[in-house]
Amino acid sequence: MGERPRTLLDKVWDAHLVSAETEETPGVLYIDLHLIHEVTSPQAFAELRRRGLPVRRPERTVATMDHAIPTRSGPSGRRVPPTGPAAEQVGALERNCADFGIPLFATGDARQGIVHVIGPELGLSRPGLTVVCGDSHTSTHGALGALAFGIGTSEVGHVLATQCLLQRKPKSFAVEFEGTPPAGVTAKDLILALIARIGTGGATGHALEYRGPAIRALSMEGRMTVCNMSIEAGARAGLVGPDDTTYNYLAGRELSPEGEAWDRAVERWQALPSEDGAFFDRVERIDTTTLEPMITWGTSPGMGMPIRGAVPEPDGDASHEKALAYMGLTPGKPLLGQKIDVVFIGSCTNSRMSDLRDAARVLQGRKVADGILALVVPGSEKVKKEAEAEGLDRVFREAGAEWREPGCSMCLAMNDDRLQPGQYAVSTSNRNFEGRQGQGGRTFLASPFTAAASAVKGAVADARELLS
Amino acid sequence: MKPLREIRSRTVVLPAENVDTDQIIPARFLITTSREGLGEGLFADWRYDAQGRPRPDFALNRDGASGAQVLVAGRNFGCGSSREHAVWALQEGGFLAVVSTDFADIFRGNALKNGLVPVVVDEATHARLVESPGTEVVIDIDASTIAFGSRRSSFPLEPFARYCMLNGLDDLGFLLQRAKEIAIFEEGAGPVPWKV
Repeated sequence: MGERPRTLLDKVWDAHLVSAETEETPGVLYIDLHLIHEVTSPQAFAELRRRGLPVRRPERTVATMDHAIPTRSGPSGRRVPPTGPAAEQVGALERNCADFGIPLFATGDARQGIVHVIGPELGLSRPGLTVVCGDSHTSTHGALGALAFGIGTSEVGHVLATQCLLQRKPKSFAVEFEGTPPAGVTAKDLILALIARIGTGGATGHALEYRGPAIRALSMEGRMTVCNMSIEAGARAGLVGPDDTTYNYLAGRELSPEGEAWDRAVERWQALPSEDGAFFDRVERIDTTTLEPMITWGTSPGMGMPIRGAVPEPDGDASHEKALAYMGLTPGKPLLGQKIDVVFIGSCTNSRMSDLRDAARVLQGRKVADGILALVVPGSEKVKKEAEAEGLDRVFREAGAEWREPGCSMCLAMNDDRLQPGQYAVSTSNRNFEGRQGQGGRTFLASPFTAAASAVKGAVADARELLS
Repeated sequence: MKPLREIRSRTVVLPAENVDTDQIIPARFLITTSREGLGEGLFADWRYDAQGRPRPDFALNRDGASGAQVLVAGRNFGCGSSREHAVWALQEGGFLAVVSTDFADIFRGNALKNGLVPVVVDEATHARLVESPGTEVVIDIDASTIAFGSRRSSFPLEPFARYCMLNGLDDLGFLLQRAKEIAIFEEGAGPVPWKV
């Protein structure tokens, strides 16, 4: 009797079912790794305390601080501490971790960073695991072949107390990125092109699996950028089948298995990729050979266009008209040359070494245009240290950009890094929602190449002109 | 969570599509360790101008909006961030249900876990509700129906979520009862494969 070919999602899902779903009740899904941070965990710990419950598996829980902490450093060269409510929130995380025995990478720790940067870089996020975090960009960890998805604070409490979640299996959605993209087209452009195609709700109810030669050719960090923005297409999870790129990335990481344990792990991981003929509920194909660098013009990540394109006409679409009004843009006109005020290079989407190298390649020997604030915020302490060892910080500083301490920063404006009302930014982050980067701020999402080139020009720019 | 059987209320209509959780509650209101007090941030940047004055043209500020418990919104409501604060803010703002043609996954899950009813209706029903703000609707949780005027349509609500809402129960109790099965699973899965 031949078995039905299975997807990566099928395999990870089945291996984590404590009890299967029925018509009446969702399944009980075991969670291997639970990442927590200061913003979405305090109310969950409060619920545990109220009910007198312990954390079931503190050793499967890892905490860091990233969302609300300042990224500026003081005269001593060390990070400015948070004040007011942010200090209270960070203090609550410290207390909760101490009381419940959870390892915490606080500011100042060499392992601190954005939660979705440190999971993979420490070797915690691995193929075949279930990974959750009270943050929608948890989909990032799917790049390693893990089933990783964002959860709300109630669910953070469920995982803390039981290491499990009640879940129904999502439908599967394969995206085949065919061919080889042209030079200057990066992982960020692939995912922005997909979201522009299927829309911000296009993958609701599904887990995406990114496939095809253009995905295989991406570095691990590029795959993280793609998976990171799965949620911007409505999918809670986005996965890539593990391959040699995955194993080479994980080999020798601080917490990766070693010796015989490593060999056994790789053997298990090799059995994970979706099998030929496995069924996907939906399939979408994208020809990457004709793609261009992408940029968003509106207030939803699906409002994207090629960098040399024209801002699309609304054709009576009310959301479109509302977005144009908020962005202060005229349809039919190009975005190229649109004056900007700020450039933000960072976030869980694009703050890793390869992203910083891309930005530095453009900024090397050039200057940030007068009047432009350019922030470069590394994703973690490790990224910061490695970038400094390579001299990237010097490239950024000499160009006139600010080199900051690791954190979420201007991606969501929970600290002092924020746009002023009316300002325009080219940002490597993941959301261009109204006010996302500061009240009244206006965001163009793009790759690190595009962001760096726009910093040099003081306006939306095509990096390919500077790269050739 | 309080048991919830029926909602009788007039509607407030916010026809915008893709209302993201950053609009429902901007991130600056998330710097808190409490789930109380979030109503203040509900739709803050749409409700108030830069000086903090209410914008008279915003749906929630119009005459008749006060006291409404049902929000009718455009498609893909609650997309974006996983912040459960969005649900808490809506509830503190007095809402017991949101009606749309579809909801983002994480928001929908968060809503169900707090007893905020996500009511998915077809395009035609939705269009009727959008046309007439202030419509009196009756949402019956047990029957999973929404009725107004002579119209009555059912909406999907999975049995477990319905049971929890009707009885004021949450998932955690159910999961805690599975402790034995979870322990057996853990034994089979072996030790934690890392040491932080």
